[in-house]
Amino acid sequence: MTQDHLNFIFIGISFAIYIGIAIKSRAGSTKEYYTAGGGVSPLANGMATAADWMSAATFISMAGTVALSGYDASRFLMGWTGGFVLLTILMVPYLRKFNKATVPDFVGDRYYSKLARGVAVGCAIFICMTYIMGQMRGVGVVFSQLFGISITSGVIIGGTIVFFYAGLGGMKGITYTQVAQYCVMAFAYTIPAIFIAMALTGNVLPQLGLISDYTAGGEAVPFLEKLNNINTELGFAAYTSGKLSTINMFCITAALMCGTAGLPHVIVRFFTVKNVSAVRKSACWTLLFIAIIYLTAPAIGAFARVNLIEKLHETPYQEAPYWLQEFEETGQMAWVDKNDDGKIQYYGPEKSVAGSHAVFQGKKPSYPTFEATEEQLIGPHGQRLLANKADTSNPNELWFGNDIMVMANPHMAGLPMWVIALLMAGCIAAALSTAAGLLLVLSTSISHDLMKKIVKPDLSDKEEVSYARVASFLALAVAVYFGINPPSQFIAKTVAFAFGLAASSFFPALLMGIFSKRMNREGAIAGMLCGILFTFGYITYFQFLDGTPDQYLLGITPEGIGFVGMLINFAVAFLVSAFTPAPPQAVQEMVENIHIPSGSGQASHH
Amino acid sequence: MKDAPSLVHRRACLRLVIALLGVWFSVSFGCGILFREWLDAKAPQIGTAPFGFWMAQQGAVICFVLLLVVYAFVMNRLDAKHGYTEDH
Repeated sequence: MTQDHLNFIFIGISFAIYIGIAIKSRAGSTKEYYTAGGGVSPLANGMATAADWMSAATFISMAGTVALSGYDASRFLMGWTGGFVLLTILMVPYLRKFNKATVPDFVGDRYYSKLARGVAVGCAIFICMTYIMGQMRGVGVVFSQLFGISITSGVIIGGTIVFFYAGLGGMKGITYTQVAQYCVMAFAYTIPAIFIAMALTGNVLPQLGLISDYTAGGEAVPFLEKLNNINTELGFAAYTSGKLSTINMFCITAALMCGTAGLPHVIVRFFTVKNVSAVRKSACWTLLFIAIIYLTAPAIGAFARVNLIEKLHETPYQEAPYWLQEFEETGQMAWVDKNDDGKIQYYGPEKSVAGSHAVFQGKKPSYPTFEATEEQLIGPHGQRLLANKADTSNPNELWFGNDIMVMANPHMAGLPMWVIALLMAGCIAAALSTAAGLLLVLSTSISHDLMKKIVKPDLSDKEEVSYARVASFLALAVAVYFGINPPSQFIAKTVAFAFGLAASSFFPALLMGIFSKRMNREGAIAGMLCGILFTFGYITYFQFLDGTPDQYLLGITPEGIGFVGMLINFAVAFLVSAFTPAPPQAVQEMVENIHIPSGSGQASHH
Repeated sequence: MKDAPSLVHRRACLRLVIALLGVWFSVSFGCGILFREWLDAKAPQIGTAPFGFWMAQQGAVICFVLLLVVYAFVMNRLDAKHGYTEDH
């Protein structure tokens, strides 16, 4: 049995399970479509939310990011988990009590304004759209690698499956498939890590391996010390110290945390449980399930880095392990023999005067066209040649993408084939579960918040679900289109947008709406607009126009500017509301009422 | 004075939330970012890992989970004490 057969079997079985679940629990009413009828158990909702939250990018690239940047990557680890603390203790129990199915609903009612609702709908759609494009692309890439089909057909297959169970099954179908997907993801992520931890450090738990001794090289040395030594010898910053300035690190972490707490597709998940008390329990489970994966990622990253360098640095290409060639084939690794010695050298930026360790010119490797001669395709040692010119200002010869750390890990550690097959299934589960959750928020934003609440208020229950299904089909069609033709530079940069916007718009609006009785329509709208405009302008200027790093405000990169935008939002909102009339009595009573935890009943969308 | 019980409940909840946010800030931003270098150098190591680094990559996340457990437990108890329970 070959690796391909095993992959096919694992993925086939997991798909059969997902679709079976979706058919069994498909939604019949709007209530089931939007909130699964409000009767999901806290444990099941916790797993589903964790699967929803962890995207393919988290699953594949996070460990790679940790491996490359060491301490600096802590901003993601803390930012994305710490946001859940904010979300749980400041937001969801109150929003659940308020009893409306979507975030724009709360904003619209709390600030008694169609404009506020409109702004919220716009942000929700933008944030979800940004995310879902990347997910569809991820599904396509994995499918194409697996079955040797084009990325285009991969994206279309993935889109069809997502539409099948998200568009038709609604929240109820999604919730139970996500439970299954979480299980696949958790096993796929932790099992390889356990094997590797045992091989490198003799510990069963990867988290303990990270803080104990490295034993694979004969004499035992503290693992992180070894990693620091490797890094500094090769000309990288020490693994445990990092390069970002403290203020930048602070702002990025804060923006990611507040952004997380304002993400609409995570908030709506908590409308599926019975009452406020169940929301709190469910949030505990969610963070626990997320933590299982987030605590493993730093260990995987550190192990993979040691493995990669030990196996490749100063190794003659012809003796290099088989997976190097496999990744060269798929364009995820590349070797340029700058000094013609036939050996692979891997060096960091401090080994060159220019402070760069680029292997070639340009961002990604490109390859000669099909008409090229044999000599242009294959080098003297059998390596795949690039069309890019070599960057000779530094001695580094090895290039690899962030994504390979997780994917290559089992290969590097020589793990059995079924582990790799499981990993593939986990990766697809991660992409599908997130795409499905996002699709649902997109379709409800369009059918409920836009059509019913703004355009056509006399929509019946049945029509609304039909609208939601049509909307999810259209949204998916757009996402598939961008999955096939990615605005590639754009996608990576829009992540800063999504979190920045969520942090500078939703988070303050929701927080003030819940905790301040005095906050009124004028203040909230002025705050949101100022926050968004500032954040949007700053990111656009530095990412798309010709802003240069020395113009950064206090050295804060666009990733972290959402935090400043958020502060501006708060300041403007309080200032404006102090000079404008207080909100109507009914709204003040409503705010009073959401702090009383009982009587939430079933989440409704009326 | 008929609002008194709900006000007591609300104040208790608010105190809990502020206390938890204090811990939340000090384990992540405090230990993991602002005082990281000092802690790396001065505080005892966790296993073989520097303290600040370990807090940023592992400790903070573990604390977050514990915070939510405390929150769910204490809040649900507070609700019950003030008669807001719904679990029949």
